[in-house]
Amino acid sequence: MPGAIYAEGLVKTFGEVRALDGVDLDVPEGTVLGMLGPNGAGKTTAVRVLTTLLRPDRGRAEVAGIDVLAHPDRVRRAIGLSGQFAAVDEYLTGRENLTMVGQLYQMSGRDAKRRAGELLERFNLSDAADRTAKTYSGGMRRRLDLAAALVVSPPVMFMDEPTTGLDPRNRQALWEVIEELVAGGTTLLLTTQYLEEADRLAHDICVVDHGKVIARGTSDQLKARTGGERVEVVVHAAEHIPVAEAVLNGFGKGEGTIEPHTRKITVPVAGGAKLLAEIIRELDTRGVEIDDIGLRRPTLDDVFISLTGHVAEAADGSGESGADADGGTGGRQKKGRKATGPGEPAAVRETAGGGTADGDRGTADKEGVK
Amino acid sequence: MTTASQQAQPPAPVHSPRQRGGIGGSVRDSLVVGKRNLIRMMRIPEVVIFGLIQPIMFVVLFTYVFGGSILIPGAPSGNAQAYREFLMAGIFAQTVTFATAGAGAGIADDMHKGLIDRFRSLPMSRGAVLTGRTLADLVQTALTLVVLAVVALLIGWRTHENLAKVLAGFALLLLLGYAFSWIGALIGLSVRTPEAATSGGLIWLFPLTFISNAFVPVNGMPAVLQHVAEWNPFSATVAAARELFGNTNQHVPKSVTGAWPMEHPVVASVIWSLLIIAVFRTLAVRKYRSATA
Repeated sequence: MPGAIYAEGLVKTFGEVRALDGVDLDVPEGTVLGMLGPNGAGKTTAVRVLTTLLRPDRGRAEVAGIDVLAHPDRVRRAIGLSGQFAAVDEYLTGRENLTMVGQLYQMSGRDAKRRAGELLERFNLSDAADRTAKTYSGGMRRRLDLAAALVVSPPVMFMDEPTTGLDPRNRQALWEVIEELVAGGTTLLLTTQYLEEADRLAHDICVVDHGKVIARGTSDQLKARTGGERVEVVVHAAEHIPVAEAVLNGFGKGEGTIEPHTRKITVPVAGGAKLLAEIIRELDTRGVEIDDIGLRRPTLDDVFISLTGHVAEAADGSGESGADADGGTGGRQKKGRKATGPGEPAAVRETAGGGTADGDRGTADKEGVK
Repeated sequence: MTTASQQAQPPAPVHSPRQRGGIGGSVRDSLVVGKRNLIRMMRIPEVVIFGLIQPIMFVVLFTYVFGGSILIPGAPSGNAQAYREFLMAGIFAQTVTFATAGAGAGIADDMHKGLIDRFRSLPMSRGAVLTGRTLADLVQTALTLVVLAVVALLIGWRTHENLAKVLAGFALLLLLGYAFSWIGALIGLSVRTPEAATSGGLIWLFPLTFISNAFVPVNGMPAVLQHVAEWNPFSATVAAARELFGNTNQHVPKSVTGAWPMEHPVVASVIWSLLIIAVFRTLAVRKYRSATA
């Protein structure tokens, strides 16, 4: 039984660019799929295909059990879309915007007005309801846009980078709204560049790059796959680096990295907090003064970098995200990625498009001991 | 006397419960979108006001700058009045074609801001976004014509037929304007920015409206242009409006080349406008279905 959002072998090319290169998706009803990827990875194209805005060259898709290509109009009745831009008419008031959308969902004028009132209330826009959207802040516009997508309480929602460009407070507020929505049973496909967002909201995550799904699994599974924990030490003085490095290599289970300008040494370890205590004692014995030390578990950022070879925000499109993920172009962004040990990226990539990651030993903690 | 036909009234919202698809649903969706565009126009009055200034400027410039030099054949003493009457139908017709730019820019703007995506993801009639826009433009065009007619009357333009015929003349002008707003809709969907839609919607209007019978009698043009001018769809409406306003002049022949549209301007005007609507509406709706922002 396919999920509420289901896609098989979606391909879409724009001229030379393969925006979608065989994407498969399956989102069980009532769950959230976080689609993670850099700019230009194909996230928006996937959303556009699933929301009937774009016909794929190949492949098939079902949303809420309805064939997207055969019955686009029936799909439109079952979905809500909140796109990358806040698609509201800025010369209409919040209330007028929502009423119009309600009427275009084929509600009667009276029902549409009543529903608009409810949504304005719920999204904390009642005070601004009769002002034109032009006067709204970015966060308010986003909320209005989201409200417009929810006019008919659709069973399936698509949100394309819903919090891009929002300040942290507004992002937090929007997350709460989304969580509430999902608690109510809505199936959601969410694209994002913010790993934190996927970590917090999504049940399952798929990482997309160059039009392909290159990994999928829960947040923990993906993190576990990226490799285990690491110890990071910042020494007080640059001359202590060689000694500290020797100490850390003694405890580590792989090659570490050094960032001289920040005096930071990172080394992969196995052994957790107990090991950390030993390292601190040893450094102390050897007279190394430290500014900071911590046990670091992989974040989705690490997952992302190891899988795609570049950071989420900076899509360089250099096409070297292949087996090169390990060698890399250097630079600070790749710190600590050189020595992830056995579960190195190349191996992870092999399973691209396949099932879920194995293993579930990671924890969601981002910060170790400080 | 002319108060110009306020044919299209601002569409009132229809409270019909859950019509789905079909003509009824399509009309209702178009009115919902039309109302939205009219609200926008009211909140950006600059656009309407600039839209008024341009034709008024043309009336004044043509009447007082060119009017003294353009000779209407056989006109009695002081030909300024003869030219004034000859000119107005042309100015009116040119004014309604400027609706093209408005429709184009509006739709390009909606594309640009992602609103077209929102509309396309809704279970609404496929043509309604464009129909709503063109209907709203029709209202604006009607308003412009009213103001322009008043200005024309003030500077001495007079009609010489009964009110019904005069209103019919304005109806034909509005129909032409509506047809041209569909050309604008297609342009708006085809270009990348609202700015491009505005200029793309205007440049070709100048040769189109000048190689016609709108501003000067065709008989002064080279033979080739005479043919072009007399078959120009735009000329048919100008000739029809001129006839219905009673602004024809016995010394200016209906047709120089014997072109059929000039011999039957009213019928020709209706046919041309409906043809333009049929062709460009089809193309625009098809483009809309596959539009990508």
